[in-house]
Amino acid sequence: MIRRIARALLEAGFTLWLLATLCFALLHAAPGGPFDTEKAAPPEVQAVLAKQYRLDRPLPAQYVAWLGDIAHGNLGPSFQYPDYRVSELIALGLPVSALCGGIALILAIGIGVPLGLIAALRRGRALDRVLMGLSGLGLAMPKFVVAPLLVLLFAVTLHWLPGGGWDPDTPWTLLRSALLPAIALALPNLAYCARISRASFLDVLSSDYLRAARARGLSSSRILLSHALPPALLPVIAWLGPALINIVSGSAVVEQVFGIPGMGRYFVQGALNRDYTLVLGVVLVVGALIVLINAMTDALRVWIDPRLRDA
Amino acid sequence: MRIASLLGVLLFGCAGASPRDRVLDRGNGPEPSTLDAHRCQEVACGNVLRDLYEGLVAEGADGKPIPGTAERWDVSADGLTWIFHLRGGLHWSNGEALDAQQIVASFQRAFAPATTAPFAEQFGALRNADSVQQGKLPPTALGVEAPDARTVVFHLVRPAPLPRLLLLPIAYPVYLPAVQKFGAQHTRPGNMVSNGAYRLRAWLPQAAITLERDPHFHAPASIAVVRYDVTEDAGSELKRFEAGDLDLTETLPPQPLPQLRARFGNQLRIEPYLGAFWFGFNVTKPPFDHRDRKHSAIALRQALSLAVDRDKLTLYLTGFGEKPAFGIVPPQVSGYTAPAIPSARWTQAQREHEARRLFRIAGYASNDPPTIELRFNTSTLHRRLALAVAAMWRETLGVHVTLRNEEWKVFVQNRRQRTITQAFRGGWIADVDDARNFLAAFASDGALNWTGWRDPAFDTLIAKADVEPGEARRNALLAQAEAKLLAAQPVLPLYFYTSKHLVKPWVGGYTANPLDHHASRFLTLKAAAQ
Repeated sequence: MIRRIARALLEAGFTLWLLATLCFALLHAAPGGPFDTEKAAPPEVQAVLAKQYRLDRPLPAQYVAWLGDIAHGNLGPSFQYPDYRVSELIALGLPVSALCGGIALILAIGIGVPLGLIAALRRGRALDRVLMGLSGLGLAMPKFVVAPLLVLLFAVTLHWLPGGGWDPDTPWTLLRSALLPAIALALPNLAYCARISRASFLDVLSSDYLRAARARGLSSSRILLSHALPPALLPVIAWLGPALINIVSGSAVVEQVFGIPGMGRYFVQGALNRDYTLVLGVVLVVGALIVLINAMTDALRVWIDPRLRDA
Repeated sequence: MRIASLLGVLLFGCAGASPRDRVLDRGNGPEPSTLDAHRCQEVACGNVLRDLYEGLVAEGADGKPIPGTAERWDVSADGLTWIFHLRGGLHWSNGEALDAQQIVASFQRAFAPATTAPFAEQFGALRNADSVQQGKLPPTALGVEAPDARTVVFHLVRPAPLPRLLLLPIAYPVYLPAVQKFGAQHTRPGNMVSNGAYRLRAWLPQAAITLERDPHFHAPASIAVVRYDVTEDAGSELKRFEAGDLDLTETLPPQPLPQLRARFGNQLRIEPYLGAFWFGFNVTKPPFDHRDRKHSAIALRQALSLAVDRDKLTLYLTGFGEKPAFGIVPPQVSGYTAPAIPSARWTQAQREHEARRLFRIAGYASNDPPTIELRFNTSTLHRRLALAVAAMWRETLGVHVTLRNEEWKVFVQNRRQRTITQAFRGGWIADVDDARNFLAAFASDGALNWTGWRDPAFDTLIAKADVEPGEARRNALLAQAEAKLLAAQPVLPLYFYTSKHLVKPWVGGYTANPLDHHASRFLTLKAAAQ
C-alpha cells in the first residue's frame, strides 16, 4: 500500500512539473509582455520593473528561479495586481470557487441521480421523454446563455436574488451570492448526470441479480436502495472527476457574468494580461486539485466496487 | 407575479430595487490593478483613490480644480515657483496630523525609481523629476520642498499647469510609515492610511472595494459607505443595475440608444468625455511612408481620411452621442481652441470628391488601388468600425483592405514596434484636462508615437508651448502644433468619446464633467430612498 501511495505521489509530482513547465514555456512564447499596455511606461521604468520581476534574466534562469520559488512554496507576486502575492489571490479565490462548485456538484448529483432513476423506471414513457428532452436542452445551452437568463429571471424580474457580486458579510448573504452562479454551473452537469444515471440504472435494473432479488420477494425500495443504487452509482462516481474539472474550467464564464471573485477568472485574465506568476500559480493549484480529485474518485470506486480492489 | 414576489420574500428576503441603507454601490469596471496611489494608471484605481485621498489640489463635482489639502496657492511671475499653503488641522485616517514635510516625502517616494510611477513623466517640468526617476539623482533632489509645516513649494524648470497635474494620483500623499512597514501590502484594509473623504474598509479582489466615511476629513462626506463593485462585463453590469444591486454604472454595453432611453429615461447619463478615437498610419512603412516619385503618401493619407463618413459611424455604429472628429484634441479641453479644419464644414459628397482627387494625386486609381492592412484589437465595436471604414474606402476609392484582428497584448506590441503595422486602431483618453496631453504623443521622441511621424516644426511648437507662461498663448501654440499634425495626417480622427452611465434617481449630486470623474464625497443618497 505504501509503495502504491509513494508511486502515485511521484506520478502526481511529475505530472505537475510537466504541466507547469509546459505552461511556463507557452506563456513566455506568447507575443506581448505583462507591461505592454496602452500607455507604456518610460524605458527606465520598464527596466526597473523587469528587474523587480526578474524579466531581465535569460529565460532558463527565470525558469530555474521560479522552480526554486515553487520548491519553497512561494508563487511570487502578481504582475497585474502588484499589491497581492499570487498565493493570496488563490487563497481568496479558491474558497469562492469551491463554494460555488460544491453547491453545483451537490445540485447536479442530488437532482441528476433521482431524475435518472425516475427516467429509467419510466423508460419509454412520456415522463422519460420529457426528462431526457430537458437534459438535452441543459447540455446544449452554453453557460454564457444560461447565466444571463438566470439573472434576468431571478434578479431583474423577480428580485429574489442579487444579479451579481459577492457579499460574504453573513452566511445568508454569502449563500444568496453563490446560488445563481452555482445553478448556472450545475445545469449542464445535472443534465449529464441524469443521462448517465438513467443509462446506468437501466443496465443495473435489467441484471440477473436484481431479478433474483425480486424472486426472493425483497421489497422494491430495498432492491433499489441496497442492490441497484451502489452499482448504478459507479459510472456517476467515475464521472465526478471530469465533472469537477468541467466545473472548475467552466467557472471563468460564470464568474465573469456574475462578477464573483473565484479562481476561474484568473485563468483567463492572467493569460490575457500575461501575468506569468498568476497563471502558473493557478495552473499548479488547479492541476494539483485535479490530480487529487482523480485519486479520490478512484479510491471511492474501489471502496464501492470490491471487484476493482484486485485490479 | 404577486405570488412569485411573495414567494421570493419568503424564500430569499427580496433584494428589491430600493437602495441599501446608506451604502452607495458603484460599478467600477475591471479590478483595479493597485491601490498604491503612486502606481495607479487606469480609470478603475483612479476612481477609488479619488475617494481615499486628497492632493494639494482636488477636483470639484464639475471636474474643475478646487482647493484640496492646500487652501490656496500662489505662483511666481515667471510661472516657475508655486507655493501651496496647507489648510489647518489636516489629518490622516489614523488620526495623525498631516504636514507639509510628509507631502514632500510622499512626492520623493513617488519619483523614486523603485516606485515605477507611470505618471511621473507628466511632471517633466518639475525640477530634477526626470533625473530622479531615472536614478541619476537622489529623491531629495526633486524640486519640491517644505519650508515649514504648512507650506509646500514646487520649483519648475519651465511653466506648466501645475494645479491640473496635481490632480493625478501620483500627487496624492501616501503614508510612508505604512509603506515602510508593510511594503506592497500597505494598501490592505487595516494597513492603509489615507487622507481623503473615505478610508478603506474592505477589499476582496475581483468582487468589491468597500470604503467608509473618514471622520477626520475636513469636509465629511454625505454617504457613509461606498462600495466599488468589479463590473468587468458591461452587459452584466447593466443587469445588476436593473436588479437594484448598483446605484451607478461605470459604462453601458453597446445597445441601441432609443431602447436604452425608453427603458431608463433620466437615469441614462451621456456626456462629452475627454477622449478621441482615431486610426493611425505607420508612416515608416509602405504605403504610408514618403514613397517614391510616382506615389505621394501624404495625399493617400488625406484621401483615406476624407473618404470616411464620420457622421454615419457615430450615428449607426457607436450610437452614444459621440461627435465626429476631424482633429485630435476634444472641444471640451479647457481654454483650447482647435485649429480650423475646412473639410469639417464640407458635405460628405464634397469630401469624397476631394478624396478621389487626392487619391489620383497619390498615384493611385480605382483600377490600380493599394492594398491596406487595418489592424485592431479584439472588440466588437472596433471590428464594426474597421469593417465600416474598410467599406467606405473601398466604395469611394476602390482601396483593398485586409482586416487584422489581434489579441490586446499582441496588438499593443505590434503597434509600438511599428514593424508590421500599416493602419491601426488608436486613441487617447486624457489624463489631465490639457491639449498637450493629446499632442505630446506625436513628438519625434514620444514613447507613444505609434505612427512614427516626425516633424521638427511640430516638435518646436510643443517645446515653445512648454516654456510659454501665458495659458492663452500656450494653447495657441498647441493649436498650431495640432494644425501641423492634421495637415500631415498621420492619423485619421474618427470621433470624440462620450461617457455613459446609469444613475439611480435617488443618487443626488451627480454632475457631468469632461474627465468623467465623480468623487463620492459630492454624491448623496436622497432621503426618500433611504
